Amino acid sequence: MAAIIKVKDINKSYQRDNFEVPVLNNISLDVEEGEFLALMGPSGSGKTTLLNLIAGIDKPDKGSILVADTDIAKLSESELAKWRSHNVGFVFQFYNLIPVLTAFENVELPLLLTNLTKKERKEHVVAALTLVGLEDRMSHYPKQLSGGQEQRVAIARAIVTDPVIIVADEPTGDLDKKSADDILLLLERLNSEYKKTIVMVTHDPNAASKAHVQRHLDKGDLV
Amino acid sequence: MKVLKLMFKNAFRHKLRTSLTIVGIAIAVVAFSLLRTVVTVYNAGVDASAADRLITRHAVSFIFPLPYSYKDKIQQIDGVELVTPLNWFQGVYIDKDQFFARLAVDPETVFKVYPEFILTKEELDNFKKERNSCVIGIEIAKQYNLKIGDIMTIDGDIYPGRWDFVVRGIYKPKDKTIDGTQMFFQYDYLNERLEAESPMRANEIGWFAIKIKDPNRSAEISVKVDKLFKNSSAETKTETERAFQQGFLSAVSAIITALNYLSFIIIGIILLVLANTMIMAARERTREYAVMKTLGFSAKHLVGLIMGESLLISILGGGLGLLLSFPVVDGFGQAIPKGMFPIFYIEPITIILAVTAALSIGIISSIFPLLKALNTKIVDGFRFVG
Ligand SMILES: Nc1ncnc2c1ncn2[C@@H]1O[C@H](COP(=O)(O)OP(=O)(O)OP(=O)(O)O)[C@@H](O)[C@H]1O
Ligand SMILES: [Mg+2]
Repeated sequence: MAAIIKVKDINKSYQRDNFEVPVLNNISLDVEEGEFLALMGPSGSGKTTLLNLIAGIDKPDKGSILVADTDIAKLSESELAKWRSHNVGFVFQFYNLIPVLTAFENVELPLLLTNLTKKERKEHVVAALTLVGLEDRMSHYPKQLSGGQEQRVAIARAIVTDPVIIVADEPTGDLDKKSADDILLLLERLNSEYKKTIVMVTHDPNAASKAHVQRHLDKGDLV
Repeated sequence: MKVLKLMFKNAFRHKLRTSLTIVGIAIAVVAFSLLRTVVTVYNAGVDASAADRLITRHAVSFIFPLPYSYKDKIQQIDGVELVTPLNWFQGVYIDKDQFFARLAVDPETVFKVYPEFILTKEELDNFKKERNSCVIGIEIAKQYNLKIGDIMTIDGDIYPGRWDFVVRGIYKPKDKTIDGTQMFFQYDYLNERLEAESPMRANEIGWFAIKIKDPNRSAEISVKVDKLFKNSSAETKTETERAFQQGFLSAVSAIITALNYLSFIIIGIILLVLANTMIMAARERTREYAVMKTLGFSAKHLVGLIMGESLLISILGGGLGLLLSFPVVDGFGQAIPKGMFPIFYIEPITIILAVTAALSIGIISSIFPLLKALNTKIVDGFRFVG
């Protein structure tokens, strides 16, 4: 099997006040196509930073990141934006839905950047919301939904464009056990049935146990 | 644009805050329009004064009269086309609140020197024929429902007694800037009664208006007129009508200048109000903008979203303000004494200024939050805690 994500020798540091804080030191990591990978590690170890680099919302100081043969470290801001909209689905710890938009409209949001007609968009949105089991909550606003339901809307938004990879940053971090299990089940299905490659950051051993591969970060080093 | 819906929803996310901002802008626009109207109307009065007219008055003060006999002497001066005498009569018509200019004039010359008051030939002939006839402005005719042949009874104050005038002409102002609220009657009617009742006050006149042939000679002719009466018992002061008007209203003039500045300060205040609303809104939405950027939305979309919202609010506020301005300015025009600002209306330039101001404010208010949203890196947007 070919690696769909090839992270090679990346360094990343952040500027804080007047000195550099190194966050990732010469990290290399391959993720196979169709894999479900869990990134674990203590707080501040650089998990989110690594995930953001893989997902193309931040750039490494050094090294290359190939995703489906595109070196995203070399793309410009606007090329990256376009690349993300075609290739990556995002799931965040705090769902990050737009509060003034309904579940339907939130899921439709990424499709507004495509050339799909209104009718086609609707078909995709309904399919995605049906997949996450919220076909009867389409006109609800985020504040009218439970945390677990919000996260399912967020997952629907992440998959509606049919991305190559899904990145999830502590997707169960803010949920109770029952809702967390629902979300994990959903991610497992996306991986097994829909063959999505998933990179998930988590603290939770239970969540990590659902993944095929677990990698640990410690103070910026993969162990 | 597809983010239009989100822009509308964003604008009304905090209904109270947005409504207050809109009302705030509307009130400011009304205040702006009202102040600008006072300023432009005042300036229109000054501008309307003809450059080819001089005013000769008593050197000491406007309130001292001049001998009527000066008329013929001034007429002899080289460069003078025509002289006409005018005298402030005042009096009370109906009650003290009915304030408009009532002047004793020379029917033969007055409308030649003041061609901006338009009268038919027939009306002018009738005015000249009858001793106690008068001519009134069309605004006065409308306001008091007066027609040709009606009697106007005025209770004299400067010139005591009961005065009956019969309306023989209704003049139309040449354009909007000309006062349509004056009343003219024959000086002879006044003078004959003065000769009989208080001869000391007869054959005197308030001031002379002089039409000159060449406006470029106004300074020279003014000097000539004043020289003519130097060392007489009533020395004169002659100046252009414009200088006369400005001098007459010089105290008002300072206030007008202040109002002028104030009207622009108000624009500055609305700018701050809207900018504040927009900055607060954008700050609260830092994460949402990060989400949108993550999903692939570009600078173009954020500009549409943020500037669009700001413009929407400013247009709603500006539109509401303009709509309210008309009745408010109208009401103000009704409330002040008629003669103070004889012509009171919103000038097109005021509307243009208000609209331009509202649009500019919409754009300017969005610049800071927009730059902030564009320059915040996605990762920092997600780490932002409001
Ligand atoms: N945008 C940024 N600007 C400055 N410093 C940052 C930024 N992002 C991360 N850091 C710093 O980099 C280090 C790693 O952060 P990161 O968020 O990757 O950790 P993490 O492993 O995800 O931690 P957690 O489990 O708490 O989410 C931390 O010290 C953090 O303060
Ligand atoms: Mg993290």
